[in-house]
Amino acid sequence: MMKKTTSVIRLLAAIASLAMLGAVTSTLHAEDAPAAAPAAAAATPAPTPIAFTNAPASVQTAYLLAAETNGDPTPTNIAPVAIAGHNAWMMVSAAFVLMMTLPGLALFYGGLVRSKNVLSIIAMCFGITTLVSVLWWAVGYSLVFGANFNSPFLGGTENFFFKGVTSDPNTSYAYWVSQNVFAIFQLTFAIITPALIFGATAERLKFTALFTFVIGWMFLVYFPLAHMVWGSTGLMNGVWNAGAKIPAIDFAGGTVVHMSSGWSALILCLILGKRVGHGKEPMPPHSLVLTFIGTALLWVGWYGFNAGSAVAADTVAANAFTTTTLATAVGAFTWPLLEFIFKGKPSVLGFCSGAVAGLVVITPACGFVNSTGAVIIGVLAGVIPYIACTIVKNIFKYDDALDTFGVHGVGGTVGALITGVLVDPAVNGNLGGAPAVANGLAKAIADHSLVVAQAKAAGITIALAVVSTTILAFAVKLVIGLRPSVEAEHQGLDITDHGEEGYTN
Amino acid sequence: MKKIEAIIKPFKLEEVKDALSELGIEGMTVTEVKGFGRQKGHTEIYRGSEYTVDFLPKIKLEVILADSAIDGAVAAIVKTAKTGKIGDGKVFVLPVENAIRIRTDETGDKAV
Repeated sequence: MMKKTTSVIRLLAAIASLAMLGAVTSTLHAEDAPAAAPAAAAATPAPTPIAFTNAPASVQTAYLLAAETNGDPTPTNIAPVAIAGHNAWMMVSAAFVLMMTLPGLALFYGGLVRSKNVLSIIAMCFGITTLVSVLWWAVGYSLVFGANFNSPFLGGTENFFFKGVTSDPNTSYAYWVSQNVFAIFQLTFAIITPALIFGATAERLKFTALFTFVIGWMFLVYFPLAHMVWGSTGLMNGVWNAGAKIPAIDFAGGTVVHMSSGWSALILCLILGKRVGHGKEPMPPHSLVLTFIGTALLWVGWYGFNAGSAVAADTVAANAFTTTTLATAVGAFTWPLLEFIFKGKPSVLGFCSGAVAGLVVITPACGFVNSTGAVIIGVLAGVIPYIACTIVKNIFKYDDALDTFGVHGVGGTVGALITGVLVDPAVNGNLGGAPAVANGLAKAIADHSLVVAQAKAAGITIALAVVSTTILAFAVKLVIGLRPSVEAEHQGLDITDHGEEGYTN
Repeated sequence: MKKIEAIIKPFKLEEVKDALSELGIEGMTVTEVKGFGRQKGHTEIYRGSEYTVDFLPKIKLEVILADSAIDGAVAAIVKTAKTGKIGDGKVFVLPVENAIRIRTDETGDKAV
């Protein structure tokens, strides 16, 4: 996540570190951006911004270079504005990530259930999109990316109902992107994350229970966790928060999106119980063609998810774009290769599963590792979630219907940890920025000990997801019940919950 | 008058039909069916879940003929439907008491 903090503590730390370097630098390279900002503030404590047209030509040039390279314009004393290129990429990215849910995930999951439940998956994805959009506008965005609580655990109230969220940039997160575009981009992450959970509970969770659960889950898990990892005052925001107690890194959501949903999925499917007839009658996917189309849409959409998480069309985005491709291709090669070796036939579902696993595992790492790291991650993504889905699940006999835990929970955890091992500061200058120096991230990378902070971040994520999901699941069970009747489950949720059928003859 | 009921592999249907047509046989009834014999089913694997599919798709072909035409037709079916591998199917010959052509009220051999 591209951001810079405005907190006093971080400002002072950055000023001190830069004063020692004797630096009121005119360097405007993109990757030096966070360091340059406080430096300018130190030189001119209360500068009055000047208009671009009134600035000398050399300052104008410096400003324009900063705009082009996603650099910091603070030394020029000209206020940043939304720039065409960065804004265009972020609008495309936001649309791509929405496409991951509608229709990507809906088709991916929809094809994997029996035909009598296909609409229940589509309704889940569509319903969550509408519900979370309203929550995000009302309070969610502010609770994640606000700052007036000055808390490591939750944002603030200043942007409730999108107050102040205009087409001008929010410079705490991006100099050159409209804040409303940033807010919608982040909304699409908040949409897909809870939607992932309900692959594990497919074919046997009442729609009303699902909706109620999501409302609670956003407040108890997503909003706090997203702030902790990406918020300007966040507990685990190693790259951008100089005061981060746990200087961990998560580029596009290994902890926030995949671990949170995957571990919640495991707990919820355990509390919910198995599908009627699970293990006794066949429950094969009703259309792997739909699953394939969904997978392909997820892969393409994921470029918005990963490269878009640079919140600029810059060099970090270019690296994320590359690593995402490599890890996904290698994951999608490895999984069916294992099937070929151990089961005799490489399956289409194996290609799809390997691709999604590759995308999941590279997510936290994509902006921080190089292409070699991405290939290693692809191999791990093909092997470890494969073991989780085919061996571990059969040993413990839990009914993770569509393997949300096996792919997202396990894959997300592998990604969070391996990012700490394969991190390469050469691909992302922000890893050596002033906040990273102040909170110890840069030192941890140099000492090859970042994996410790990554493990702490993973542990906090698992604890938050497991405890919150347990409380919520039993609360919903008590108030409205989780499961449909056995008869309704036999008939299929499409008819009993939605009054329609996906396919009629 | 007898009835031939042949269970054959679906991809052999065209060949069998052509062979019967060459013998001058003018009609037949074909149904898509499922079942198993010695061939048994196959296994499908979806990630960690393995399912055995017991019933395999086959074609059931029914022809009613005069007694004199039966041997030639059976030989033609057996010859064309044969691959030599397990699962080629079976041919049954059953007696038929009567046949009536609805349009003309013709009965017996004239009706088939």
